[in-house]
Order: sequence, then structure tokens, then C-alpha cells
Amino acid sequence: MALEKITQVTGRGVYVPGDDIDTDRIIPARFMKCVTFDGLGEFAFADAKAAEKAAGRIHPLDDSRFIGATVLISGSNFGCGSSREHAPQALYRYGFRAIIAESFAEIFFGNSTTLGIPCVKMSKQDISDLAALIERTPSIQVTVDLTENKVSTDDVDFRAVISIPGHAREPLMNGRWDSIADLVDGLGDVKSRVAAIPYLSGK
Amino acid sequence: MGKTLLDKVWEEHTVRTLPDGRTQLLIGTHLIHEVTSPQAFGMVRDLGLKVLYPNRTFATVDHIVPTDQRQEPFSDPLADAMVKELRKNCAESGVTFFDLPSGNQGIVHIVGPEQGITQPGTTIACGDSHTSTHGAFGAIAFGIGTSQVRDVLATQTMAIGKPKVRRINVDGKLAPGVYAKDVILHIIRKLGVNGGIGYAYEYGGSTFDAFTQEERMTVCNMSIEGGARVGYVNPDETTFEYLRGRPYSPKGAEWDAAVDRWKAVASDKDAVYDDIVNFKAEEILPTVTWGITPGQAIFIDEAIPNPDALPEKDRATAAEAIEHMRLPAGTPAAGIRIDVAFLGSCTNGRLSDLQEVAKHIKGRKVASSVKAIVVPGSQGVAAVAEKMGLAEIFREAGFEWRGAGCSMCLGMNPDKLVGDQLCASSSNRNFKGRQGSPTGRTMLMSPLMVAAAALTGEVSDARKVFGIN
Repeated sequence: MALEKITQVTGRGVYVPGDDIDTDRIIPARFMKCVTFDGLGEFAFADAKAAEKAAGRIHPLDDSRFIGATVLISGSNFGCGSSREHAPQALYRYGFRAIIAESFAEIFFGNSTTLGIPCVKMSKQDISDLAALIERTPSIQVTVDLTENKVSTDDVDFRAVISIPGHAREPLMNGRWDSIADLVDGLGDVKSRVAAIPYLSGK
Repeated sequence: MGKTLLDKVWEEHTVRTLPDGRTQLLIGTHLIHEVTSPQAFGMVRDLGLKVLYPNRTFATVDHIVPTDQRQEPFSDPLADAMVKELRKNCAESGVTFFDLPSGNQGIVHIVGPEQGITQPGTTIACGDSHTSTHGAFGAIAFGIGTSQVRDVLATQTMAIGKPKVRRINVDGKLAPGVYAKDVILHIIRKLGVNGGIGYAYEYGGSTFDAFTQEERMTVCNMSIEGGARVGYVNPDETTFEYLRGRPYSPKGAEWDAAVDRWKAVASDKDAVYDDIVNFKAEEILPTVTWGITPGQAIFIDEAIPNPDALPEKDRATAAEAIEHMRLPAGTPAAGIRIDVAFLGSCTNGRLSDLQEVAKHIKGRKVASSVKAIVVPGSQGVAAVAEKMGLAEIFREAGFEWRGAGCSMCLGMNPDKLVGDQLCASSSNRNFKGRQGSPTGRTMLMSPLMVAAAALTGEVSDARKVFGIN
């Protein structure tokens, strides 16, 4: 199956500050009562947005300056909590195509990669600098470059090192970021492994 | 060089190394439920594939099921559609479904073990992060996303990198009134909610040797809250005795052969770990979470910390937590008024949890200001609890006795907080909005601490409330 080769993502950015932003915040559970993922996009960060509004503030995702951003920027341990794929699905359907954070929770990272969303780690200082740049000039284009492991912007000479494990980076760049094709390729070996394990082969 | 249990199970279940360097790992047992499976079945169909090993796939309904008024159609049409979709998918693919009429329905991480499906030396995956629970049996068990549910349905494998192993020793004797729940809350408090990223946690030491299987499950359940996708305890006689005679446990000569294999899968005495952390049981007191992550925890005799007194990396989240919980820094844990008490969940919804609470609350009454519910983790647990008279004790005390399901742990069924209600809960997550209301507030604690709060109307030291010393 032919998937897009993702070597870089370029788009406007939006900074959602905070550490330990969990999957319940990214997509509250009540929106998960569905049998498909259709329509999930509009509910990303629904409660966080409502809470900001109630407090007389504007959540970055409701801020008209950042509407249309495709690069999400956040803090450490982003996506912690549940294994729900609904979280990256909601973000993808909201329009995000890459996520930059100080660090990612493991299951969220795996789920996002499987959907073709590069999740790259950047230092706290660089995130802070990039957020300030975006605040000053919301229209700048942020480029997440997997080939050179860097994030840069047009307009200003910003350049930061990013990191992403090879087992995510290479499949994204080679268009094999959804592992189902590789797994199906191994089906012959699956059956012989099953036969060799007593609790599975009934021996 | 000795091997860990993780090494042994990983090796045995490795189908091959994938081009990206990860392992194509065979998943011996696939547990599914109604929330993360429908899209996966759809994806399998779209690929023109079928469920490869229906006999290694087991389903139940737990997240969306009401705990009262369980007759179908459910009052929530979305929930009703989801259970019917799972029923259809299981019937079409030949997957065993522990459905509502079966008498064996319940929370997936309670059903697997009580059926004897969860066994040492196996790999177990489920579209739910608390799958780590099954590690209590010496299985390598972890939560997966819907696309991976698709992978396991279609190929009985998934792509995953092998984690490192951190050995966590807890040695000594827990003080009276201190439970397995306090142990894991304490570990997460100390190691952090992201401390376990990239690691499997292997729990051991004399405290774990002495734990029952249900206590081990409580600890392993919350491994993911500490960032560790996998958490396990080496199998031993306690494990084997728990499994003896269960519906899916091996029998006769097969049983003896299985026990021999299970003994061999435990970590070698000279196993090498990537990290080792030691705790003394005696230093652990009844613990409650006060904030919006499971790691924001204090002992019952402590107070909510001042963010400025915390390490820099924890300050922002602490300030956010204080704002959300509307509890100022310096507020003592004991004395915080609660509105709702929830005893249940895959963390603490088992028979021993209910027995321990019932023993102490007999003859006493829930405070008039508190709404208290008890949700047995499975129809099996409910049936035994009812036969033992536990349900009657709870009802007499003023708890509502409900049907089995995930209930108030997460807001996907009618059991939700209203407004900014504060809930004393035996569940595993206190994130903002977790229990169904965006302004709702959750404090995690052990079952007996939930009961103490229910009786007094405020977070209380259960040892004082119940005269335990």
C-alpha cells in the first residue's frame, strides 16, 4: 500500500503551553462514543477551550491569529494517559500534521507515528524561542525537517535541533509509517512462531 | 548472563525484526472492548483481511455500559450502537464475547484474570492503557491504539520496540491500613509520571512476594500512570494457585507442564537490569492524589505543596492543579470535603477490595452529604459479593450497589460527576475532566480511604476512622 513519504512538514505553528497534557484533554471521553473516527477533529481540546472561555481567556486553538496552523507545539510528556488513538486522530482531523514537544508519552507517540504525524522532541529553550517568534509573527512558516533533524522558520533565522527515534523517522521518510504492510509481509513467519509456542499451539 | 522475564518472553514471541528495527511481536492473547475495536474491525475489512486467530481473541463490554438500567436498548443511543457493533463483529469473526447476558461480563482487566485467560509467559495486548494490569501474572501486557488493534486482529502481531527494564524493589512489611494502592501511588510520586517512558517496570522484593494476585494487579494496573507501558511481577506459587481451576487455565497433565514453564519464565537470579530502585514498605503511608496528574500525591498527614517549593519542572503543572482543584497550597489532605465516593475500576474493583471495605464499614453509615457508589469489577465479582452478603453491607451503609463496568472512572457512561463535585475515587486517573465533568475534581486513594471519606464526608485517615493500628 502506497503511503506518502514524509520528509518535512511546513505550515504555521501554534503553541499550546503546559506539561503532561493528557489524552482526556486532547479528546474528552464523551466524544469517543463512536464507531468511526469521522468528525472527531472539531472536539480536540473541547473542554480546555471552554474552560479558557469561561475564565475570560482564549485558548490558543480558538485564537483567530493561529487558526489554520498545522504544526502543534507543546511541553513535556505530551499525550500522556490513555492509549486512545482518538487523541492523535482528533489532532490530525483538526488539521495538525506535525507535533513539536519537549517529550512525548510512549503510546501517544506510537499512535501518532502510525497515522503519519511526525512527533519530534525539541529543547524547552528552543520551544520557548519558537513560541515567542510565532506570537510576534503568527504567519511565519515553521518547517519540521526530518532529513536534517531540524526545525526552522522562514522570515527569521531560527534553527533548532530536533530528535526523533530512527524507528519512527525512517518509516515516515520511506512512506512505511503504517506498519500493517510490513506485518502482513511476515504472516508466514507468524504461523510457524505460533506452532512453536505451547500455550498457542495446544501442545 | 541472566535474563529478565521480559527478555525471555520477548525472545519467544519475536516473529522477526522489521526493516525499521522494531520487533514484529506475536501477541498471544488479544483482549478487546467496545471503544477501541469498531474502527479496527472496519480497517481489517477495508484491507480485505479477516481476524487471523479468533480463538486467541476475547471481548467484553465495559467502558460505555450503564451500571444501572442495563436493559437494552441503553438510554444512550451511541452507547447502544457500540455494544451492538461489538456483538456483530464478534459473531461475524467467531470471537468469544463475554457479553451482558453471559454472566461473565465485566471490566476487561478483571475478566481476563478471573477467567484464567491471563497467564504467565504470554504477551497480551488490548486497546486500553491499563492492560499493564495483566503483568501481575508475569505476562508482558500493554495498551495499544486502534490501528494496532487492527494489526493484531489481522496478523496477531504488532510492531513495537523492546523496552528497557527497571527493577523496582519494595521490601519490608506495609503498616496496617496501608495497601497496594498506596504502594503504586507512592512509586509514581517518587519516580514521576514520565519516569517510566521507555521502560518496563519489574516489581519485586519481600512486599511483592507477600502480595496476593489482586494486590499485584492493583500495582501493575497503574504502571502506565508512571509512564511505563509494561509492568510485571515474576510468577510464583501465589500466581499458580490463583490460576488453578479457572475456566481457561490448563488442566490435568497440561497444568503440570504449564506450571513448569511458568516457573522457568521468571527473571533469573543473575538477570541484568537497566536500572534498579529500592523502596522500604515501612516508609509508605496512606496516600491521596491532590491534583491533576497521578504523580501529584501526598500522604494523608501532609498538605498540598506550594508550587514554589517544588522542583522547577513541576511548578507549572502544580499551579495549574491548584487552580483546577480550588484547594490552596497548604491545605491539609485530611479534612478536604468530598461530594462523591467511587469504589470500583480496574484498579480496585475486585473481590478483595470489596471484602476489605465491607469488613470495616459494617454497621456504619455514609455521610448524608455524600453520594457513594460501589461498582463490582465484573458480573463474577458481583455474584460472589452478593452471595457473601457484601452487597447487603454496602447497601445498609448507604452505598449504591451497581452492575459491573468502568463506571465513574471515565466519563463514557451515565456515571459522571456534576459541576465541580469532588470525588474520592479508587480509580487510576485524576486528569481534568476525567470523570465526565470539565470542572469535576478527583482524588485517587485506596478503597478503604474512599470508604473513610464516604463515612465522614471528608478525606480522612482510614486508620483513625476504622481504628486500625
